[in-house]
Amino acid sequence: MSITIAVTLDLKGLSCPMPIIKTAKAMKTLAPGELLEAYATDPGSVPDFQAWAKTTGNPLVESTQLGGVFHFILKKKEM
Amino acid sequence: MSAEVVILGGGVGGTIVANLVAKQTQDRAHVTLVDATGIHVYQPGFLYVAVGLEQPAALNRPESRLLRDDVSLVIERAMRVDPAEHTVYLESGRRLRYDHLVLATGSRTMMGEVPGALDVYDFYTMSGAKRLFKALEGFQQGTIVIGVAGIPYKCPPAPVEFAFLLDDYLRARGIRNQTEIKLLSPLNRAFTIEATSKLVQPILAERGIELTGFFNVESVDPVAKTVTSLEGETMGYDLLILVPPHRGQEVIESSRLGDERGWVPVDKNTLKHTEFADIWAVGDTTNIPISKSGSVAHYEATVAAAEIAAEVKGEPAPAHVYDGKVMCFLETGQGKATTIRFDYDHPPVSPAPARRWHWAKALFNKTYWHTVPQGRLP
Repeated sequence: MSITIAVTLDLKGLSCPMPIIKTAKAMKTLAPGELLEAYATDPGSVPDFQAWAKTTGNPLVESTQLGGVFHFILKKKEM
Repeated sequence: MSAEVVILGGGVGGTIVANLVAKQTQDRAHVTLVDATGIHVYQPGFLYVAVGLEQPAALNRPESRLLRDDVSLVIERAMRVDPAEHTVYLESGRRLRYDHLVLATGSRTMMGEVPGALDVYDFYTMSGAKRLFKALEGFQQGTIVIGVAGIPYKCPPAPVEFAFLLDDYLRARGIRNQTEIKLLSPLNRAFTIEATSKLVQPILAERGIELTGFFNVESVDPVAKTVTSLEGETMGYDLLILVPPHRGQEVIESSRLGDERGWVPVDKNTLKHTEFADIWAVGDTTNIPISKSGSVAHYEATVAAAEIAAEVKGEPAPAHVYDGKVMCFLETGQGKATTIRFDYDHPPVSPAPARRWHWAKALFNKTYWHTVPQGRLP
């Protein structure tokens, strides 16, 4: 099964708290079950994405790092 | 022939650049500062006006009294900048040609961008602070909600400080036990900076100020008296105080010198426009991802002024660049405060709240007029 990403956000160069706020805004546009991916360079975005996912109930299905860039995939929660 | 240096905006940043360039270049440059009102406003005082601790009149001074005699002040609105023609167009039709231009126009607040924000209060403008104090004077009981409706905004610690000052105010009136204070934060902590959050969160709890995390205000229902977040939560209020969304000034947007929110893209060290070599921006005006605060405008202004003076005099660019330095006071109520200091390479540090930081802030508020605009502080 291939994974389809509904929205991709480039948050590189943005500092806390912009990445999480732009993500929260973009997540609103997704239908339940759809995926959003985001690329960020702020190291603080790792705990922020984890905490945001936990608080809002939208699962963080991936959190990886490659050469100073953090990659996140969030899934919009079912209603 | 002397160089023409034009500065748009008579706030902290613009005033310091004007005075320092004039001082450092003497008669080799003619410095003109353009300001729409001609009144210099000490914005950090709004917070105190909103809880009745400061008189509105104490926050205003004529800009003419803060500028050196050799700086020309033009009290008029700048409508447009033409970077190809190196010209600023003023409202009257008058044109100013420049060799060096500094954009120090700051930010404007846009509460109208928040759907339903009709009965909302704020302390981000003088009129907002006065209106809020009036509402607080008539407030007897119920829930006061403090939230953030857009980032970036000026003075990141302000919502937390306001919560503490409001707690003091309600206690002094003897109505704290019939009121609730709820503080909504864009993140899962009181403040973007983790170290400072750890310091202030126990004090919030001690004062009975309820913190709700990941509540980015999206809309308000003034009939139901509820505020809703991007994250989908809804909360009721009796009195709602929001940090309004901010954006750059119209002159930046109409001149296409900024990004989609009107923030001017500059090099984070030299403060030079990324596209135009004869344009600088300082303070709130820039798109640098750092606090929009008076201290940043102040530090950036000294850097931009030194660069412009060096160019005017045909000297090499100064070695000192802007290093991301930020210094903020944060009132924690009951006569105490802490500070937050950091730069691009050093993480923020905050000392334990103490009376001496509150007095240092109070002293700074009073001596500001005699030290900062003239560039007397480093």
